[in-house]
Amino acid sequence: MNSVYSGPGFDFANTARNSFLESRGLPLPKATSTGTTIVGCLFKDGIVLGADTRATTGPIVADKNCEKIHFIADNIRCCGAGTAADTEFSTALIASNIEMHALSTGRKPRVVTAMTMLKQMLFRYQGNIGAALVLGGVDADGPHLFTIHPHGSTDKLPYVTMGSGSLAAMAVFESGWKQNMTREEALDLVTAAVSAGIFNDLGSGSNVDACVITASHTEMLRNFVKPNERVQKERSYKFARGTTAWKKEDIRDLIITEDITVIREGEAMDIS
Amino acid sequence: MQTVDMQQLKSGEVNLGTSIMAVQFRDGVVVGADSRTTTGSYIANRVTDKLTHIHDRIYCCRSGSAADTQAIADIVHYHLQMLTQQSGERPTVHIAGNVFQKLCYENKDALSAGIIVAGWDKDAGPSVYNIPLGGGLFRQPWAIGGSGSTYVYGYCDATYQEGWGRDETVNFVKNTLSLAMSRDGSSGGVIRMCVITEDKVERLFVPGNELPKFWEGEEVLKLIAPVKKRHEFTDDMAVEV
Repeated sequence: MNSVYSGPGFDFANTARNSFLESRGLPLPKATSTGTTIVGCLFKDGIVLGADTRATTGPIVADKNCEKIHFIADNIRCCGAGTAADTEFSTALIASNIEMHALSTGRKPRVVTAMTMLKQMLFRYQGNIGAALVLGGVDADGPHLFTIHPHGSTDKLPYVTMGSGSLAAMAVFESGWKQNMTREEALDLVTAAVSAGIFNDLGSGSNVDACVITASHTEMLRNFVKPNERVQKERSYKFARGTTAWKKEDIRDLIITEDITVIREGEAMDIS
Repeated sequence: MQTVDMQQLKSGEVNLGTSIMAVQFRDGVVVGADSRTTTGSYIANRVTDKLTHIHDRIYCCRSGSAADTQAIADIVHYHLQMLTQQSGERPTVHIAGNVFQKLCYENKDALSAGIIVAGWDKDAGPSVYNIPLGGGLFRQPWAIGGSGSTYVYGYCDATYQEGWGRDETVNFVKNTLSLAMSRDGSSGGVIRMCVITEDKVERLFVPGNELPKFWEGEEVLKLIAPVKKRHEFTDDMAVEV
């Protein structure tokens, strides 16, 4: 038991030690970030969202097939870039609040409602929640597509990209987007845009996820394209049996057995 | 003396490195802005609408941090809606300006927002209020703001005259913004304008390839129009949407 009295509230006992260690070059723990390509695109009867599936911690690929298109409501989805935990939890929180809102109003949720909730929350946290989002959906007013930056600013545009691969993806949109595209044209363009991120941006990679939202239906196309599948190795690198000679063979039992001796029976509980 | 560096944005913050303007004329006001929003050297939005609706006849032009100015505009919009419901009449531009100033002044350490409020009301007719970085509130016949404005103070001082009508004012705003956008790298794209009068709010749009041109070298100008005519601007250059 701790012999020193610890009062209520926060304990800052380690701050001096931590800042000392940090000044001596000990790095702080790193958050998993989704150095990402996320995109969204308006078409004739709805919205197509797209995302890659790579999550990174610094130079390491933390997850080769993560999901970056998050659920907000049946008719609204949200792609997340930035700090993975922040995008995950802010979208989950807003999804929950949107469901409560829909239940209390008795109406289908609107995209602007989700957008306003997200921007007001991100603004309150002054950029400390590192969530860069692409929000899309179809509601009573038709299709809507927004970008939301970590500090809480929003833009409404017919085609958007975010994350470290946004420049590569935007180049594809700027040259290929046109008004009133069909579902197939839009899905092709979104795939091309995310692929541009996957192949030209180090922070993005693996597969293309897509999501098509129309007035009547939402279709999540998980791993819509898999351009980076592991293939069968052309050769086997196994050593042939008997490559290494041995002089002695000894087979031992690796399971350790223990004998438990009961020293004293426990007293029966007083239930009188 | 140590001063707070207000110009400094937080890293990665979306910036409205802007050219904005509002001018009062006989029957109303003309507000105008470029359409560029940037994050560092990347243009996050090339068709931004920086002219934000605050009330039926009150608009504001936003410059500085996109997040800050959007949040402020949303709060003022809310306050004026409440006020309208409670008092049963339209708020004046002066009231709107004061609500903006209160937010900008009391939170000056946390905000980077330069806002111009303009509109028409029954008390003062057309009016323009400027709320620069520190949170002051100044009524002016014309106001310019954003990073691009520094390039065109001289032009505005030399050109503006009292008693203009709608078309002259629209041309003044269009020319000023075009000059600011051509000199300021953080401004550009298209020009958006609003003409706010007692009867209506009219939105004007000038595409990036139809901006008024000034001297850019003989060979460029020859392709567009005879050199002699380069200072004549007609009404039909304003394309309406």
